[in-house]
Order: sequence, then structure tokens, then C-alpha cells
Amino acid sequence: MAQKAIREFDAKSILAKHWDKYFPNFTYAYETVMVQNGSELKKAAKEKTWLGEKALVAKPDMLFGKRGKNGLVLFRDKKPGDVSLAKAASWIDEKSSEKQSVYFSFEGDTPHGEAKVDMLTHFIVEPFTPHSQEEEYYISATCVGDNDVLYMSAEGGMEVEENWDKVVEVGFPITATEDEIAAGIRASIPKDVAQKDKEAFAEFAIGFFKAYRELNFAYLEINPFVMQGNKIELLDMVAKLDDTAGFLMREQWGDVEYPTSFGMEEKSPEVLAIEDADSKSGASLKLTILKPEARVWTMVAGGGASVVYADTIADLAGIEDLANYGEYSGGPTTSETKFYAETILDLMTRGKDAQGRDKVLIIGGAIANFTDVAKTFTGIIQAFENYADKMKAVGIKIYVRRGGPNYEKGLKDIKEAADRLGLYIEVYGPETHVTDIVRMALTK
Amino acid sequence: MAQLYTRETQAIFWNNNASAIQRMLDYDYTIKRAKPSVAAIVAPTSGSKFEKFFYGPDEIMIPLYRNTTEAKAAQPQADVLLNFASFRTAYDVTMEALEIGGFSSIMVTAEGIPERLARKMNATAKAKNVIVIGPATVGAIAPGAFKIANIGGTIENIVQSKLHRAGSCGLVTRSGGLFNELSNIIAINADGIAEGVAIGGDRFVGSVFIDNLLRMEANPEVKYMLLLGEVGGTEEYKVIEAVKNGQIKKPIIAWCIGTIAKYYDSGVQFGHAGASANGDMETAEAKNRAMKEVGIRVPASFNDLPEIISAVYHELHAKGIIKDIAEPDMNVCPKVRRSKQFICTISDDRGDEAHYCGYPISSVATPDTGFTIGDVMSILWFKKRYPRWAVDFLETVLKTVADHGPAVSGAHNAKVTARAGKDVISSLISGLLTIGPRFGGAIDDAAKYFKYANDNKLSPNDFLNHMKKEGIPIPGIGHRIKSLKNPDLRVEGLKKFAAANFPSTPLLDYALTVEQLTTSKKENLILNVDGTIGILMVDMWRALGYTDEEIDVFINAGALNAFFILGRSIGFIGHILDEKRLGMPMYRHPMDDILYDVKKAENL
Repeated sequence: MAQKAIREFDAKSILAKHWDKYFPNFTYAYETVMVQNGSELKKAAKEKTWLGEKALVAKPDMLFGKRGKNGLVLFRDKKPGDVSLAKAASWIDEKSSEKQSVYFSFEGDTPHGEAKVDMLTHFIVEPFTPHSQEEEYYISATCVGDNDVLYMSAEGGMEVEENWDKVVEVGFPITATEDEIAAGIRASIPKDVAQKDKEAFAEFAIGFFKAYRELNFAYLEINPFVMQGNKIELLDMVAKLDDTAGFLMREQWGDVEYPTSFGMEEKSPEVLAIEDADSKSGASLKLTILKPEARVWTMVAGGGASVVYADTIADLAGIEDLANYGEYSGGPTTSETKFYAETILDLMTRGKDAQGRDKVLIIGGAIANFTDVAKTFTGIIQAFENYADKMKAVGIKIYVRRGGPNYEKGLKDIKEAADRLGLYIEVYGPETHVTDIVRMALTK
Repeated sequence: MAQLYTRETQAIFWNNNASAIQRMLDYDYTIKRAKPSVAAIVAPTSGSKFEKFFYGPDEIMIPLYRNTTEAKAAQPQADVLLNFASFRTAYDVTMEALEIGGFSSIMVTAEGIPERLARKMNATAKAKNVIVIGPATVGAIAPGAFKIANIGGTIENIVQSKLHRAGSCGLVTRSGGLFNELSNIIAINADGIAEGVAIGGDRFVGSVFIDNLLRMEANPEVKYMLLLGEVGGTEEYKVIEAVKNGQIKKPIIAWCIGTIAKYYDSGVQFGHAGASANGDMETAEAKNRAMKEVGIRVPASFNDLPEIISAVYHELHAKGIIKDIAEPDMNVCPKVRRSKQFICTISDDRGDEAHYCGYPISSVATPDTGFTIGDVMSILWFKKRYPRWAVDFLETVLKTVADHGPAVSGAHNAKVTARAGKDVISSLISGLLTIGPRFGGAIDDAAKYFKYANDNKLSPNDFLNHMKKEGIPIPGIGHRIKSLKNPDLRVEGLKKFAAANFPSTPLLDYALTVEQLTTSKKENLILNVDGTIGILMVDMWRALGYTDEEIDVFINAGALNAFFILGRSIGFIGHILDEKRLGMPMYRHPMDDILYDVKKAENL
């Protein structure tokens, strides 16, 4: 439920799909393919003949920028603009065959900070577009504070950040009319844009900003785009979608995916299963695995309380000990809670603590507004029943703190169940400070 | 407006979320509010007119409406909209309410409204000076006055957390769950809260921290504020600015949760959609540090909040800024309540004497009370005492329809049954059972169709064509023998009474133009007595100020036929008593009056 990055290929596909609506006086060839390896590229060339006919550019399409500075844009074999299909395919195979180091930050051309190391799995391949530096422009739009802001520069390309003083920005409130926006953009065209191109640039910018707004992009950047008369090339794009608008945009966005960022661990099957359950439920179920071998696991109700528990564990034990972050809220059903609890118990009981200590399970939560505590605990108790043996084998101490509707029954039930199953448990209600069980658990 | 809500505040609840509404009413009862805090429910798909809820040990009915416009028109005093629509429709519901106007605050509970829509909704509300609480919130509370939906949890927890009466802290949080938790902490360590708002967890919420804190600064009940922020966003800096420039002078205690986020990539989404730091300034640490620098009381961790609350409270108490609060009397909601199977809104037989709609029977029964049978009818049938002219009209109708001789089917049936030796009730019922579409039903239908024609501004000619298309003879038109030249004197009497006593008779006037057209085709197609009664009833109700919709409800409920049933029962009983007096034998219909046309069975 937030702003999510999409691939460059998908961003271009969305714009191409609506091109005539937003850019009726411009053309865009939409010559672009996304492949995972060299043979896929060769196969694509059978349908997309331009792949075999034109010089190509290939680069990874995995949500990170600075690909040029990382040496991950293939545009020359022996000289710029001579990359053949065969060369692109072999380059892709080479780059995807082993882990690559990618720097996210540069000072000049010198990498800055730590590199992320991961496999490259997705590549975008397009024709090489010969053009002059003067034909390269920068444009982007996003929301800053309460306004939508459009950024424009006549200096596009890799150096835009170094030349940020040349970027003109113009902001509009959400309630601005199309006429107000068009007038505002026309009045803000960067002065470096060649006089003969000013009108076309303005028209393109107005269409771009309209597309950004109407297609529910949270962030949209083309850097650079090349304008040759009425012919536009989108050399590089970055985009984020507001995925809460997904139900409105099913048709407009088409089949778009939200990949994990480069260098981030792929989501585990458990996390994917919780995400799937979350998407089907009116309640909220969230799980992030931080360090599966760590000792302290949390199963906390509520978006705010779960953060407070995580903060407190980090303060008192350090993040080395925190295995997961997650929350359930909004009145999940018994079976949803059971599934959520079993997922965590399963992960938690896969191995003992490396130092031989007991593991800690924090079943925490603030005083619920409307979630029936006894009902959610029923699901957790059912999970205990299925995992009691494994829990005892690993050694788990359970600490419970919760208040809210029906909490007395919930606490009594979970205590009785744990005792019956021979599990270590301590149970507290609203009279105990919300995060006090963390202190108790960690000082034992 | 320094106070968000008062004890008089009433809300329109969009969506029939029965458990949340019940919690509000339990709260109202507990704090002894004069009126329930929910004035109306918008239930777009419900066919019911009201929903029953408990109010303490009793039950009350809250009216249902199909849309916000109708609800607001019926309950104009309700200036809070509690928008419980889903994320798909919450935006439209809010925008419609802003368009209708008359709302001072709108609470939006849905989580995950598309960001652009949320921004537009918030900006539109702001321009109209309407406070939006949420989206993605559990609401707000003014303890001792008004509570939104589920905030505060169960009634036991509310009392435990001292949310049933005003304390002195102004509480603003993002999180709903922690709002509850903090209320409890504040009750334990201080004297409870004066006003509290959970602003909501989505990235774009309507009223932000600063909006609420500035209002609380101006609210004399609030002596100090507690702000619980989160990693992500820069809203806390607006508060810092207001403290710096002296806009906020009351003490503030604050803490931003999410200090853990610094250890992880931005890829880990902690808590709410709004909780994600873009840049150092948005981290919980940076905000906690910056707040501390301007003198806001910031604890070392969330765990230390209770101590700081206690310290601030005791400081202000020692200075005499916070006074001791006398604990108010409360009602206690019964634990076990049973919903009533039947509802009665017209009479009450509990207590010493039975009442007709609030009137003791003794106050309406004898002639010296000035009440006639028509008064009693108006009270028991329509729940109010009609003016004299209307009561006289009702009685005129009863007298006019009381009998129409022994030959009509109802009277005939009654007589035959009486002669079979049956009692009054059996005989009366056998007569009444004939009343329907062919006998006596014309009053309802005349009212219905003439009203339809008049409402839709059909010319007499259009009306005739319409009825022809429907294939129905116009109800209330036509008589066996009477004509314009030989008028029905009962009709003449009714018309004369109406002309002299009704404030106006628009539907009758219309019907008479129809009559001119029908009688020009055939002499005896006059407005008959059934038609005149039905039409004048509509005119009467209109003159009494009923809406068209209310009149349609009367007609559809069969209220007009009820006059015929009641009036004609007088005649039927007369015929039955007549038979009993005469002692006539069992009636057998003469065989020579029956055409026998029965074929012989073939295979005997």
C-alpha cells in the first residue's frame, strides 16, 4: 500500500499505450524489449526485426540508476553505436552469469559508499539513437509536500544532478485546472531550450505532466529524452506508481509488476504467502524477515504498536537479535491469524539459537479498538497446537501483552493452552506498559 | 472553533456499521448525553427505514437514508460525517458531502485511498474550512462529549482510560492502536485527555499534527499536549516551527516512533504507509532531536513516556494550571441486553393508565375533553392530533362510506354469514374479506393514480392516454347512474366541505379538469365518491405539511382503504344485527338462479 517502483520497460510501455492521448503531435517508435538472457533476445528478434537491423543499446532494468557510471550500459563494441544483436546477446549472457557490484552513489565518476552485489536478471534493449547533446532534455514530476512538481532542464543525461541549478521547477496544487497548469508550464520553460524548440518542449511537458497526473504515477522521470522535430526518443526512464490506485488503473497500467530492488533479498515464499493472504483480506497482515537466524521474533497487532516493539527490541537487545518485523490488524479472522502465526512459528523453529539460548516470541499489542482479542488468540492457539513439539525442541519463551475487546478471555485462553501444551508463557494485560514484556523477556 | 466536538454534536454515519454505532451509543448513554451522537445512518443498499440500537437498557431507532443528501436534509443539525465507506468509494462520499455542505468535520476511515484522490479530497475540504480526520484512522474523541465509532475500544476500557470525561491533555497520534494505549497511559499517569485525534496512517491525511495542535492551543480545556509522531514525512517540523515562533505556548510532550528504521534499507516498510523516511530529516531520531531542541519534552524512548507525562502533569498541577477533576456520575450499560421483537410507537400500556400517543385515555375519551373519534383516529393512525378541519373531514369520510345498502358484496356476505348462525365477528369478517380491488379499493387507487398524474404534470389528456396504455380504467371515475346533471350528493357534500375548510385543494382541482374531459366522452364518467375521498385525502395531507414521500408511504400502506374498512364496518355490523333481530333462517340460493353447465364424466 504505497508508492512502488516499476521497471523502465513497464514505464515506457504505459506511456506508449497512452501516447496519442498525451502526445498527439509527437511520435514515439516504442522500440524496446525486455529480456532475461541472450537467447530470449535472439528469439525476440524474429518478431521485432529492428533488433537485427539497427545498432543496439542494452542495459539492466532492475530499478537502479547510474548504470552508465557503473559500466552497465552497452552501446559500443569497437566504437559507439556498433552493437549488433549477437554482441548484445553475448553481453547480456556475460553480465547475468555472475553477481555484479553496483554503486548507487557517485562523486564525479568515483563510486561513493558501499556497493550492492547481486545477480542481474532483467535487461532492456533498444536501438542506438544517434543525436546531439543539444537534443537531450530532462523532465520529471513528483509530489512534494502538498504540490505536484514538474522539473525541466535543457541539460539532460547523466550529469543532470551536477547541473541541478539549471533545472527549472514549477509546482501545482492538486486542485489546479488544466488551463492553469498549461499556463504555468509555458511560463517556466528553461531558458536554455533552443528558441525554435520552446513551443514543442512546452507541449511535450504539458502532455508529460498530464500523463503523470492522470495515470497515477507517484514519480516519473525521463532522463534524457531526445526531441528531433516531432520525433521523441525516451532514452532512460524511472517511474513509481501509487499502487493504491491500482483498482482504478487496471486497464491503463496493464500487466505491471513491482520487482524487488537490486541487492534486496528476494522475498521468501513465506513473505509472499503473507502478502497474498493480505491482499485477499479486509484485515492487514504484514511480514518482513530481517534476520531469520536471530533470536527474538515478534507477532504484534497494530501498525503503530509493531513499530514501538521493534524500536524497543533494537534499544534493549540491538537489531542483531531481531528476526522479523510485522503486524496484523483490522480484525483478522481466526483462520487468518492462525495462518499468520503458523508462518512465524515455522520460520522460528527451523533451527536453535547459535548460542544455545532460548528464543523469544513477543505476542504484543496495544489496547485494541475493535479487534476481538480472544478471537485472534484462538488462531494463535491453534498454531501453537500444531507447532508445540517443534517449539519445545527449539526452546521458545512466549511473552504476551494485549488489551482491548474480550482481552481477559483471550489472555486466559492462551495461558491455558500454553500450559496444557507445556510451553513457557508469561501473560500480561493493559495494566502492564505496552512494551514492558520486551524488557522482561530480554533481561531473563 | 476551539473545540472539535461538544455534547450536542451529532453525526451522520455513512455505512450501517452496527457495532461501531452501538459503541457510540453506549458511550452516549454512559456519559448521559441528552441526544444520541448518531442522528442518521446512510445505508445505500438497505430497504429499511431505521435500525434499532440499544441505548443503555432500552432500545432506540436511528433513521436510515439511502444517500447523504437525504440524511442531511432530514437531520440538518448533524454536522459531522463519519465516512465508513471502503477505499473504493470513500473519496466520492467525502466529495459529495463537501458539495452538500453543512459539515464541520468529516472522518474517513478507509485505508489506501488512491493518493491523488486523497490529496484532492483534503485540499477541497481545507478550502471549504472543513476538518478531515483520516483517511486510515480510528477517529477522534472529545471525552465526556462525543466519540467517533470504535475509538477508545470497549466501554470498559473507555472508563478505565478515563475517556468518559474531559481531562487536561490534548492527544494527537498517527496510530489508532497507540492512541488507545496512550489514553490509558495518560489516565494512569495524569488526569486523562481533553481531546484526542488519531490523524491516520496514510501518507496523505486531511488534518495534520499542526492543525490539531493549534486548535488545542486555543481550547482552554487543554492544558498540555502529547504528540506521537512516526518516522517519515516532515509534519513534525511544522509543530517545531509553531513552538519556535510562539504560536504554541502550552507544554508539548512528543515522541516519534520508528527509531529502528535507520538500521534498514528504505525497502522495509515499518507500520503505516506514511512511515518511510526519505532523507535524514524524516528519520525518527532527527525529528526527536529537533523537537527536543525547541523545548518540546522528548523522552529517551517510548518506554519513558509515562514518566514524562507524570512529570508535566504534576508541574502544571502544582502551578494550579490543572485543577482536580470531580469524577462525574455515569450511567452503567447493562451487560446483558435483549433486542425487542416488537416495536410500538403509538400507544403505551405501562404505568397507571394507558396512553394514546402520549395522551392518557382519560384526557381524550369524554366529550368535555374536546376530543372526538376523529381526533383519536388521527392520533393513533397518524401519530399527531390533526387540526379541526382535518378531523372533521376524516369523520365526514367515515360517515359517507358507512353503508351502501344490503346488495353490495360485503354487506351481502355479512348477511348470509349471519343467517348461517354465525356470530358478529365471523359475519363481519366475511363481509370485510370482500374489500379489495373490485370492492372499495378505488380510494387507494384514485389517490395513487391522480397523484402520479399530478406529480408528473400530465395534462388530463396525457393522463387518460397513460391509463389506457396501462390498460386500467381510471379509478375514482364513473358511476352506475349519476352524471354531471344528476350529481352524487355525497360527492357534492365532500366538495363543498373541502371548499369551505381546506386551505387549498390542488389535486381535487386537477381531478375536476380530468372529469371535464371524461364526462365530455360519456355522461356518467364523473368523479365518484371513492375518487373524491382519495383525492381529498392527498390534499389534506399536503395541507398538513407531509412530504410527497410520506404521503406515498400512507397510500402504499393502505391507509386510505383503512377509512373504507372502518367506516363500512359500521354498516356491516348494522346488517348483521338486523339479521339477528329478524331471526331469518339459513339462506340457500335458489337453484333456478344458477346456470348449471357440468359435463358428464366419460368413463363411469
